[in-house]
Amino acid sequence: MSPVTAFLTDSTICIGCKACEVACKEWNGIKADGLEFSGFSYDNTGAVGHSTWRHVKFVEQGPVIGLGGNALEFPAWGFSSDVCKHCEVAGCLEACPTGSIVRTEFGGVYIQPDVCNGCAYCVVACPFGVVERNQSDGRAFKCTFCYDRQKVGLTPACATACPTESIKFGEISELRETAQARVEALHERGVEDARIYDPRDSSVGGTHSIFILRGDPRTYNLPPQPRVPGEYMSAGWTSAAIAAGAMLAGALIAFLGDSRR
Amino acid sequence: MPGLGTSFGRGGSTTAPQDLANSDAILIMGSSMAENHPVGFQWVIEAREKNGAKVIHVDPRFTRTSAMADYWLPLRAGSDIVFLGALVNYVLQGERDFREYVVHYTNASTILREDFRDTEDLGGLFSGWDKEKQKYDPESWLYEGSPAKNTASPAGHADAGGGHGKDRGGEAGEMSKRRQDKTLQHPRCVYQVVKKHFSRYTPEMVERTCGITKEKFLEIAEVFVSNAGPERTGAICYAVGWTQHSDGVQIIRTAAILQLLLGNVGRPGGGIMALRGHASIQGSTDVPTLYDILPGYIPMPFFEADSHKLKDYIKKHRASTGWWHNFDKYIVSILKAWYGEAAAEDNDWGFNWLPRVTGDHSHFGYWLDMADAKLEGLFVMGQNPAVGAANSRLERKAMAQLKWLVVREMVETETAAFWHDGPEIERGELRPEDIGTEIFFLPAAGHAEKDGSFTNTQRLIQFHQQAVDPPGDCRSELWFMYHLGRRLKAKAADDRRPRNTGLRALTWDYGTHGQHAEPNIREVLREINGYTVGDGKHVAGYRDLAADGSTACGCWIYSGIFPTPDDLKIEQRKPNGRYGHGWAYAWPSDRRILYNRASARPDGKPWSERKALVWWDENEKKWTGHDTPDFTPDKAPDYRPKKNAKGDDALGGDKPFIMHSDGEGWIYVPSGLKDGPLPAHYEPFESPVANALYPEHGENPAAQKKERPDNAYAFSPGDARFPYVLTTYRLTEHHTAGGMSRTLSHLAELQPELFCEISPQLAQELSIEHGAWATISTPRGIIEARALVTSRMLPLAIEGRWVHQVGLPYHWGFRGLVKGDVVNDLIAISEEPNVRIMETKGLLCNVRAGRRPGGKGDLQQLKKEMNHPA
Repeated sequence: MSPVTAFLTDSTICIGCKACEVACKEWNGIKADGLEFSGFSYDNTGAVGHSTWRHVKFVEQGPVIGLGGNALEFPAWGFSSDVCKHCEVAGCLEACPTGSIVRTEFGGVYIQPDVCNGCAYCVVACPFGVVERNQSDGRAFKCTFCYDRQKVGLTPACATACPTESIKFGEISELRETAQARVEALHERGVEDARIYDPRDSSVGGTHSIFILRGDPRTYNLPPQPRVPGEYMSAGWTSAAIAAGAMLAGALIAFLGDSRR
Repeated sequence: MPGLGTSFGRGGSTTAPQDLANSDAILIMGSSMAENHPVGFQWVIEAREKNGAKVIHVDPRFTRTSAMADYWLPLRAGSDIVFLGALVNYVLQGERDFREYVVHYTNASTILREDFRDTEDLGGLFSGWDKEKQKYDPESWLYEGSPAKNTASPAGHADAGGGHGKDRGGEAGEMSKRRQDKTLQHPRCVYQVVKKHFSRYTPEMVERTCGITKEKFLEIAEVFVSNAGPERTGAICYAVGWTQHSDGVQIIRTAAILQLLLGNVGRPGGGIMALRGHASIQGSTDVPTLYDILPGYIPMPFFEADSHKLKDYIKKHRASTGWWHNFDKYIVSILKAWYGEAAAEDNDWGFNWLPRVTGDHSHFGYWLDMADAKLEGLFVMGQNPAVGAANSRLERKAMAQLKWLVVREMVETETAAFWHDGPEIERGELRPEDIGTEIFFLPAAGHAEKDGSFTNTQRLIQFHQQAVDPPGDCRSELWFMYHLGRRLKAKAADDRRPRNTGLRALTWDYGTHGQHAEPNIREVLREINGYTVGDGKHVAGYRDLAADGSTACGCWIYSGIFPTPDDLKIEQRKPNGRYGHGWAYAWPSDRRILYNRASARPDGKPWSERKALVWWDENEKKWTGHDTPDFTPDKAPDYRPKKNAKGDDALGGDKPFIMHSDGEGWIYVPSGLKDGPLPAHYEPFESPVANALYPEHGENPAAQKKERPDNAYAFSPGDARFPYVLTTYRLTEHHTAGGMSRTLSHLAELQPELFCEISPQLAQELSIEHGAWATISTPRGIIEARALVTSRMLPLAIEGRWVHQVGLPYHWGFRGLVKGDVVNDLIAISEEPNVRIMETKGLLCNVRAGRRPGGKGDLQQLKKEMNHPA
């Protein structure tokens, strides 16, 4: 029985070195995706997408007291390494019509590139904007959770490269405990806005990429209450059933009325 | 390194990054450690998370390091000694020094000569200044009672002398002879002199000069100073943000004084972490690529009377007491390693085959000679001076004066391409058809394509194995140097001129293997480790070396890395214990924390359980602990030397700084530095303000500006044409001059373009929009960069007005996947007196909105800027 694994990305000890981004691209053989200067602080790769599976966000906030890093005054500069959330209830997986997207034995969500037909249903179904199509071949790509490495007992490339252990990898229940203890310790030290981001009470039902953040998750481009399209499924089917019932009833009434004549 | 070398005895970092995890306070200054040493920074994070250590970052910019610190203090670039001096003053005024440590382990109690005069007496100069020669005669700096050696040219002060070889100190006089006052009350004892010296370095002066408010300074001073004493320790981390100043060595010295007064040296979580800029920068001075030292910090002989005979040379550099008494063993063993059987007692072991230093052959020394067409040819290996060196515009143009140039590189760098690409070609300053230089570009193997070693920031020598064969004609440095030497020797074999005698005598007999005849690297390592000449057996360590020609050793401090043919210590990969012994090998003798005898009290017991490191085991009668003791293993704490004892035997059992002739840490440096026995604040060569402490001597008097038309300076203090402070630095995403990162897409995309960091206030003043272009100029050059407007840059209130600072990372050039202007075109060539390094961290510049005109227009624009009324 394979362990169910997860990432715990602790942004309070991330130093923004981008080693995770580079390690990910090197291991997975992903090409660079442009040499453009963005002007968004030190971030020039923008966001996770088909060619960036780990991405470090740089949140520069000006002199706001008590935000970002550990400094309690002067400017704040927060760093956080973003990645596919590997949702418990994965919108992409539910939307995939070909069966290309599967759940692995480690709990991750994996796109099989040889099965993907490029329909892009998964792209719109992801509540985090993680999945993206590669315009050159049309297929969708995202973090594989280093399935090939996990398969042979190795830690994912990003977590291996992280110098400060900001990206932790391990058994999900243990990491949830670690995260809880860490946030409690931060609260004790006066970092009162530290919080765990693991939306278990949303329709995503929790993730395999847990984050420790400071303040509002929206600061780091994370939705406070992510929703998978599947959550509309029962309402949708109910409406459809009612509509179908009503139409059937209408048809029956029409026929019955006709026979009375 | 003379900053650390003269203070403690060795030029290396006193501690290891792993030990920072044991700190209670960490002051990072002159470094953005999280950005440039992200792997080492994990132990700073560990200290913060596990011990609740306070992390203080003092830097002109708010960097990724500041973001991880508890406190960030923005200071004006170039005011470092005022800040650190004020910390020293804070300790001394409040008598917060670790008194027992200070009295026993430092030279605080030593009494100075009556004729010594301090900068406080002479308005910014120490006694001994020779106005005509523009240098110091250091004799009055000696201890009272220490006889001067009276050599023809005192060590560390020879005309042409650099400072790397002068790390030992004690060469100008016999420092073991002296008077002391253990009560520290004598007005001429070091403690009192230092107290008086720093008395004007007050919190008010910090506010006025550095731009840090008095309240903030006092808060941080208390945080750092309170983390000292028997139970607690604080560490200081620095990098080239200190070194690259016209008084860089003295900045490091100020930190050394602070750490000695607080008793933070040689103890866990203490010390000074010198963060080196490349993978093997420490190694490049240990087995040096410098012009003024031989391996193991043995000085290169100069062309002067007392270096004609080995006996005189040894007399000059050997100390009668302390570890350097062994000097003769180390130099003779080098000569034996290099000249083999040809080295005999009757020819001074071949001493006169060694070349002599005849002038300033430092990088800038010979590059200026090159610009003046005094140099014929040049090899460039592992360096990209067309981008990475100060005044790179001058450096590029100088290469066109050579007859031949050899560049060995993995890619065609800017240095290899200067003749057909780059700004000089674009501006019409150089035309390829006019350049007479014959240029050879030779492909080099990368580090994964060859066996070799790195000596990292903590003196750890790590071997690395070849992973793949280098492609095509790429070859290792070892291959190149060996076969070049072999061919030169073959040429010299038939040429009996005297100049070739040394080359013919040189042992150059390494075996080779493989289709390309790669030299056997283990034979080189064996020579570095040392062996007995008679039977060829490896020596176990430098204690086995002798001065009678019976041993050969290429680098005495590395001796012990290969004690037997089947035990290459630098290949070890099984770490154990607190300091990871068993993983590679730290020089000397695998000691991870230097001077660790100081972690125990004079009686040999640890200062506290919490800070125990090395202690005296009374039962075993030897030193033991978590680290290899940096001390003679069986020398008892109560050992007292006999009269006229020599060498290590002359140092008592309570003298941890064994390299020094008195065994003590030097708060005051009586010999070995060119610009004074104590640090004094001098403004950078280009400064927006006058020197508030010594108005008559604004700049370091012993430093050299090398001013000339192609290396011009702004007026100082204050130049209306160039009103902003310029400071340069590196980013995590790139490697130095970019040759190894701008060519790799995965790194290039992370920081694709050159930018300048400016504050929103300055951007508004100059109407520069975020992300738009800005043009930056100095009297040396003109460049353009994208504006990164950020509140991480703050204008500072200095002397009652706002001073703006401009930050520029220097990684870009005109080759590679991502290109940009060369920031070093803006920097002046200058020489700090001890190590001849340039000042990159504090200069003056102008900034304008928009791009530079391009082509010839750049030169007209620069001329226009220069002709504005200053």
